[in-house]
Amino acid sequence: MRPATASAPLEVSNDPWRTWGVTVKRLVDEAPNIFTIELAFNDPRVASEYRFEPGQFNMLYVPGVGESAISIAGQTSAKTLQHSIRAVGSVTRAIQRGGVGMQLGLRGPFGTSWPVATPSAPAAVHDLIIAAGGIGLAPLKAMIASVVHNRTQFDRVSVLIGARTPADLLYHLEYDQWRQAAIDVQLTVDRPDDGWTGQVGVVTLLLERLTLPHPTATRVFTCGPEVMMRYVAKSAESRGIPSQNIWVTLERHMNCAIGLCGHCQLGPEFICKDGPVLGFDRVRRWLSVYDL
Amino acid sequence: MLAASYANHRNRILMLRKFAKAELNRLLAHLRSLGFTVLGPKLEDEAIVYGQVDSLADLPRGYSDSQQPGKYRVSQAEHQFYFEFNLGPHSWKQFLFPPRVSLSTAQLDATGWTFETPHQPAPKLAFLGVRACELAAIAVQDRVFLHGPYVDPIYQARREAVLIIAVNCTVAAATCFCTSMLTGPKCQAGFDLALTELDDCFVAEVGSQRGAEILEAITTESATPPEIEQAKVREQGAVEQIQKSMDTTNIRNVLLDNLEHPHWDTVAERCLSCTNCTMVCPTCFCSSVSEVADLSGEHVQRIRQWDSCFNLDFSYTASGTVRNDRRSRFRQWLTHKLASWHDQFDSSGCVGCGRCITWCPVGIDLTEEVAALREPPISNRRLPVIEPPPTICHLPRSPVDPHAAISAEETQ
Repeated sequence: MRPATASAPLEVSNDPWRTWGVTVKRLVDEAPNIFTIELAFNDPRVASEYRFEPGQFNMLYVPGVGESAISIAGQTSAKTLQHSIRAVGSVTRAIQRGGVGMQLGLRGPFGTSWPVATPSAPAAVHDLIIAAGGIGLAPLKAMIASVVHNRTQFDRVSVLIGARTPADLLYHLEYDQWRQAAIDVQLTVDRPDDGWTGQVGVVTLLLERLTLPHPTATRVFTCGPEVMMRYVAKSAESRGIPSQNIWVTLERHMNCAIGLCGHCQLGPEFICKDGPVLGFDRVRRWLSVYDL
Repeated sequence: MLAASYANHRNRILMLRKFAKAELNRLLAHLRSLGFTVLGPKLEDEAIVYGQVDSLADLPRGYSDSQQPGKYRVSQAEHQFYFEFNLGPHSWKQFLFPPRVSLSTAQLDATGWTFETPHQPAPKLAFLGVRACELAAIAVQDRVFLHGPYVDPIYQARREAVLIIAVNCTVAAATCFCTSMLTGPKCQAGFDLALTELDDCFVAEVGSQRGAEILEAITTESATPPEIEQAKVREQGAVEQIQKSMDTTNIRNVLLDNLEHPHWDTVAERCLSCTNCTMVCPTCFCSSVSEVADLSGEHVQRIRQWDSCFNLDFSYTASGTVRNDRRSRFRQWLTHKLASWHDQFDSSGCVGCGRCITWCPVGIDLTEEVAALREPPISNRRLPVIEPPPTICHLPRSPVDPHAAISAEETQ
């Protein structure tokens, strides 16, 4: 760890290429090929100044290998940042190999966040439906934590989680804690195993059966494969939830994270800075075009 | 004197000066004495490109070019003008947004990685011979790199240091269409000086305080009314030579409402996805960062290089590549340039310079593609149908305990 120089000012936002040193403090296997790391800033001043909103992402950097955009899954009581990662490319595999103690670089946070009501700007009390597919639960987890923390602001809160198999369900140790906060947590898998006693099928089926007493005061936040999110939105609209109450989070190739490299475009949107959390109304037109 | 009068009157009068052509040499020497490296047009490898210009002798005097879709030729012509040609493959973008630049470094020692973004002093550059469409292109990139939520520090430092001596076009290539994009051929703004070349002198319009100051270093006089008239006639010559046009009426919606137009397939059959159009485009800004490590792996540089939406891996994600065929990549390029650029930066991404037409190896002409996309589709493209997710369970008829098992019927 680098000794901090007390007098040097931090320039967290001035230079978008400024990279902070972080150390992997913990690594937990979540599901086949998916793991969660907890990162601590090497410089305690950065740790104390760093702020993020649920839904935002960081660029994690393995020197000599490259950067990868990873959503922020949460923050622990020890102020370490959680990131859940699927080992699928060179950067994510290098992090998996590196394990606890690995030194990484971090730029961030970047992007938009889930528009949940905040204590400073409380909206009318409303219901929340949070629908996740597979690793899509990761960008939603920090938001669920903030809902647990501000539970009285909302009436009914449902978390609908779909996965391929029971082994692919993320964060299963946290479900009880969410349920204790009077959150309706429902699980479904595509392919049950012998021990599975829960539901089988796609996550939209859970949504179709929900009781919705106030559809126009219900917000839907969803993350998962694009086809899943489109069907979640379709299902929500068919239940009377206005499309402007539906938010999705999108994945595109993010190279710079600041809207200057061009990779992440979807129609007029730069997913890195206009997203990744976007109103479904705003992007539905582009999501319906193949290969856009 | 000149500088003071510019400061006093810049909003009220156009300051037109004239100077003998040999005085341009003294102007270049003066810029060097101020620490500027002067860049301008030079003949190299049978093309007019931008490089260091130390004197008038370096300029392609007496040369002209001939351009067509997929064709560029430079030849000696029967004139003695210094600037009687149009744009070559280079644009000024390479000096403000370098094709390859180091962003940051990572050094490993016993305590771990140290990350730095070294401050890189910008070179003090003077651009000589910037055309009206290129001024417009610089203004477009200013919007991208300086006026968004994030400022690119490398572009910003270089842009602030640059001095611009523009030149009004007096001829037009067959690929020019600046009049359609309302960017030229007359230089309107964004320069320190703008020159119009006459037979035996330059007429100079002062565009900034700094432009007025550098002009004081050489011998100038007020341009006479006949000289001003002659400059206008020469400038009008370029306007009259422009043959190509693009209908920009409602172009944003025309393109975005026709994302499945069959013409995208037609143009995809010709496009080689070679990236030439994006490399010569003065506004294309796409880039990628790559890692360059030494043999020890302990000293790493992050290098940003120009990239192109025509490259297959440009849209790669963990879930796969988004734009798998040339149709979708060409569509991305054209709709970004002419349509979604308006949403993003409140301007077109095209300035009508025509480089993408000239340097396309198969001569794809975006003005013709836009015209074709304005035609009603002849047949509807068969759209890929995205199947709904498989339903593999039967819903119970009545509300049940949500955690109870429900019967499943495998259909896979």
